[in-house]
Amino acid sequence: MTYSDKVLDHYEHPRNVGSLDKADPTVGTGIVGAPECGDVMKLQIKVNEQGVIEDAKFKTFGCGSAIASSSLATEWVKGKTVDEALKIRNTDIVQELSLPPVKIHCSVLAEDAIRAALNDWKSKQGAPQGTGPTDAKA
Amino acid sequence: MSTTDGNLIYLDNNATTRMDPRVLEAMLPYFCEKFGNAASRSHKYGWDAEEAVETARGHVAALIGASAKEIVFTSGATESDNLAIKGTVEMLADKGKHVITCTTEHKAVIDSCKYLESKGAADVTFLDPDKFGRVSREQVEKALRPDTILITLMAANNEIGTLHPVAEIGALAKEKGIWFHTDATQAVAKVPVDVEAWKVDMASMSGHKIYGPKGVGALYVRRRNPRVRLAPQMHGGGHERGMRSGTLNVPGIVGLGEACRLAKQDFEKDQAKYKALRERLEARIRGKLDHVELNGSPEWRLPTTLNLSFAYVEGESLIMGVPRVAVSSGSACTSASLEPSYVLRALGVGDELAHSSIRFSIGRFTTEDDVDRAADEIIATVNRLRAMSPLYEMVKEGVDLKTVKWGASH
Repeated sequence: MTYSDKVLDHYEHPRNVGSLDKADPTVGTGIVGAPECGDVMKLQIKVNEQGVIEDAKFKTFGCGSAIASSSLATEWVKGKTVDEALKIRNTDIVQELSLPPVKIHCSVLAEDAIRAALNDWKSKQGAPQGTGPTDAKA
Repeated sequence: MSTTDGNLIYLDNNATTRMDPRVLEAMLPYFCEKFGNAASRSHKYGWDAEEAVETARGHVAALIGASAKEIVFTSGATESDNLAIKGTVEMLADKGKHVITCTTEHKAVIDSCKYLESKGAADVTFLDPDKFGRVSREQVEKALRPDTILITLMAANNEIGTLHPVAEIGALAKEKGIWFHTDATQAVAKVPVDVEAWKVDMASMSGHKIYGPKGVGALYVRRRNPRVRLAPQMHGGGHERGMRSGTLNVPGIVGLGEACRLAKQDFEKDQAKYKALRERLEARIRGKLDHVELNGSPEWRLPTTLNLSFAYVEGESLIMGVPRVAVSSGSACTSASLEPSYVLRALGVGDELAHSSIRFSIGRFTTEDDVDRAADEIIATVNRLRAMSPLYEMVKEGVDLKTVKWGASH
């Protein structure tokens, strides 16, 4: 498998690796995927009073494309409002990273992770939950 | 001399080996000078080629305890497996159609069996190995039927290096009068292979796994007690006792023969090296990393093979982080199929550990420096990837990953 320069760059220099306090009411956490499938992504966002995502962190177990997709996702959500972040589509990630067809599921997982994190944050605000995919909770 | 090319380190010798320069030396005259057809009986060109082929046949036979007349040259182990299995099923069709094999065999065996099943020519029992990848004599005995005509079990597994108890199963096959084929491709030149002690009736091998050329292999076919006759799968001029037609690949056969001669001559030296280097590699990795699992049998294993799972790190991302180290992974992402290794799954390793597996295979040209540098690169990358692994973080927080309800899969 050959990787695009952008995938290699995110793999070698991943953006925003780390964790935020999941008990913080301004933090939303999404964990998607499963170890037996070879991909688990944890994506976290911290939303300020204006509804803007001021920080994002990720940790990913998965192939290089999965790491790159989640790294890119954290880059993209930062500075966006919650509503803007919801508009990020997996196809945008595929295009930006030039993912081959066999790696499209990595981008789908990254989109799911964004939605799961936003839903978690929304549920903490007492707002009705969206219809995003289920997120795993320990 | 090493297989190190610049900064690259080759630890994928179960996939293929660098050809020994001594083998190349032996082959060279048979391309341009001694180019004759071994089947030409009327002139010196043909006689020279035939003599070279017969010398090679003797070297192959000597390595596995056979007689020269029992060696059939083929294009490689895949063809040898196909000929042994399809040739037996076709030859013994009026005696029965039941074949016994195992789920961790090479695809050349599994797919040949499945093909015969799909044609209605065979009923195949695929035995499940134990957690080390071994099938026992008792398991085979329980699977026997009155119409069983063939048992085919590999001597050593390519992914995990596990050795089946072939001698015990060979004894059983002999008692019951059932033909026994073993795919010995990975075992030859790495562990002692003796077709008499093992009581096998057919054994497959390949040139390029033992420092010989690609595109040439052999099938041992027993001539006495019992006399095994196989229905040919390639029809033509009746070469190789009628079992494999086609002009003989003289330079390739000379190379295979020389590779076998060297394997016999250097056997003790190679053995000592394999064992020492593999132990060095494993010790260095385990000295620096926790949560490392061995796949395969600690006891019954090829001396060249080390298959490890680095928990909480995905195999493809690990390989991506060590671009100078040539190894292979059981991770789904390194295959075209998106399924993790069927061999590791058959051991019940669990898909998550199969995704985290790396196979290291040592060869004649591997050096201590290769092993040390490969271990250090693996250690550094595993640490880096664990630092960004949500699974490792959860485990460090005391979460039991088995109790987590994971989301939808993709």
